[in-house]
Amino acid sequence: MEQKIQKWMLVLVLLIVFLVLAGFLALVIGSSRIPFQDMMGILVNGKDTASYHILTGIRLPRIILAVAVGGSLGVAGTLLQGMFRNPLVEPYTLGISGGASLGVCLTIVFGLHARVGVIAYPVSGFAGAGLVILAVYALSIRGGALKPDSMLLTGVMISFVSSSLVMLLMAVSKSDDLHNIVFWIMGSLDEPDLTLIKIVSAGSILGLVVSLFHCHSLNALALGEEQATFLGIDTVRTKRILFITASMLTGLSVSVAGIIMFVGLIVPHFMRMVVGSDYRILIISSFLGGSAFLILCDLFARTIITPLELPVGVITGIIGGIVFIYVLGKKQVRL
Amino acid sequence: MTQILLETEGLCTGYGNTKILDNISFKVNKGKMVGIMGPNGSGKTTLLKTIAGAILPMAGNIILQGRDITKIPLKERAKKIAVVMQFQQAAYMTVEEYVMMGRLPFFKPFQFFEAREDLDRVHKYLELTHTLELKDLPFNRISGGERQLVSIARALVQEPLLLLLDEPTSHLDIGHQKKILDLIDSLKDTLGITIVIVLHDLNLAGEYSDTLVMLDETTQTIFSHDRPERVITKETIQQIYHTDVLIVENPITAKPGIFLTRQKQTDPQGG
Repeated sequence: MEQKIQKWMLVLVLLIVFLVLAGFLALVIGSSRIPFQDMMGILVNGKDTASYHILTGIRLPRIILAVAVGGSLGVAGTLLQGMFRNPLVEPYTLGISGGASLGVCLTIVFGLHARVGVIAYPVSGFAGAGLVILAVYALSIRGGALKPDSMLLTGVMISFVSSSLVMLLMAVSKSDDLHNIVFWIMGSLDEPDLTLIKIVSAGSILGLVVSLFHCHSLNALALGEEQATFLGIDTVRTKRILFITASMLTGLSVSVAGIIMFVGLIVPHFMRMVVGSDYRILIISSFLGGSAFLILCDLFARTIITPLELPVGVITGIIGGIVFIYVLGKKQVRL
Repeated sequence: MTQILLETEGLCTGYGNTKILDNISFKVNKGKMVGIMGPNGSGKTTLLKTIAGAILPMAGNIILQGRDITKIPLKERAKKIAVVMQFQQAAYMTVEEYVMMGRLPFFKPFQFFEAREDLDRVHKYLELTHTLELKDLPFNRISGGERQLVSIARALVQEPLLLLLDEPTSHLDIGHQKKILDLIDSLKDTLGITIVIVLHDLNLAGEYSDTLVMLDETTQTIFSHDRPERVITKETIQQIYHTDVLIVENPITAKPGIFLTRQKQTDPQGG
């Protein structure tokens, strides 16, 4: 047991080091070159310089957002895969992000953000996610208990319906809006509003903490739902809380950063291979791993063809997908 | 004086609106093994799951030590009743971690790591089930018989008063069947555990159980609950299973043994 704790501590330290390094890289590298040796000086003394503004006003918030969004998606994927005991589930499979994107598209098309301000995006994204959760939830409750299989099917269907509706909105919208929608859908961590970044960060930490409180239940659920009940776990309540947590994490991420593919799917898998299936370490690892992964993908997205910027969702999709297929071929992925 | 640990009163249970069992009343004495038998579909597993708390009874009561089990909080119930089902879901953890799951009901709120004594208990029961040498193997890699033993260890780690088992020996070879049932049999004396076990094999059920509950598929209730030699009779088997059998007393244990006779009669000399 002491051995296990030591191993977990080591994993945590390594992941944190990796995350800090990734964050540091993202801070240093960018379209405008800020020499590494000048950085400390700029941060301490150069409050009015352009470089200072780039570092603290543009790059740093972006890194923080990447940490929050990557971590949220990683944790949400871990929770959902554990709950459903299905390795292919991720926030997107359950239609949560479909609902959120529909909400945001409606906001863009109807120009709500012009009236209520920038808060309209996360609110509508969250509302969309919430509506989908309610729909999936209501449709898959039979006799008071959630049926995982029908929940998955309902989720996939709702996801299709929402993406069709998003396309419908795109077809009828003005070209300005269209550009907004397309860029938003492809996912980007370019978010100028600090309040939003704060909200998402707070939400991601909250979700992480709630998830950590349910790590034992998730472990027990690995033995099967019935067996978990025999071990004293209130599975109905646990599933409800975890589903809502995963939805909140996804809803917040999607509403600020758009659709960032694959993080919620591959990060939990990858972490499972590295740290094992014990949720006590898996949840926090998925958070840290998701954060680092998204920071690096975003770094890639904004530097690969500078000064142009690629949507980060495209990068996570490509890198994630290829890495995943490669790893899948090398090693049996396990839940 | 014998003490009653478990008692069902007019229990009626099933799935959704489909009633499978009706008016089930029987008592289980402390430290005894009660076998549940019956044809396929007679509701053996349903009865076990209802006692375990996985299915809410439609009517009637299940009383454990004088308390209605539906009123005992889940976590507290898990300290009193442990369940081993017929099949174990594949779980990607080591045997030791798997057995440790049985300590979950004893974790205090906000307890993140298991304590030294939890680990000691895990090792104790792995040893008792002769599976200690498997402790670092992945649960999915061990054989079916070993999985069953490890699951029993997981149930014992809960240190229950009542152990419920659903056909723990089906699909196992005769050697493992005996090993597992001998182990379960010994728990009554060594740990004072009371056992309710669903067994398909009438010979095994008759050999190991103190009393047998025979379920009748047509009436959806208990046909008889008595000592094995009184339940396993030619007449009962004929009525419940619609099969002619020959009952022969085991010369060593004096328990009833069942022989089937093939419909097409052959010459015993093999000609």
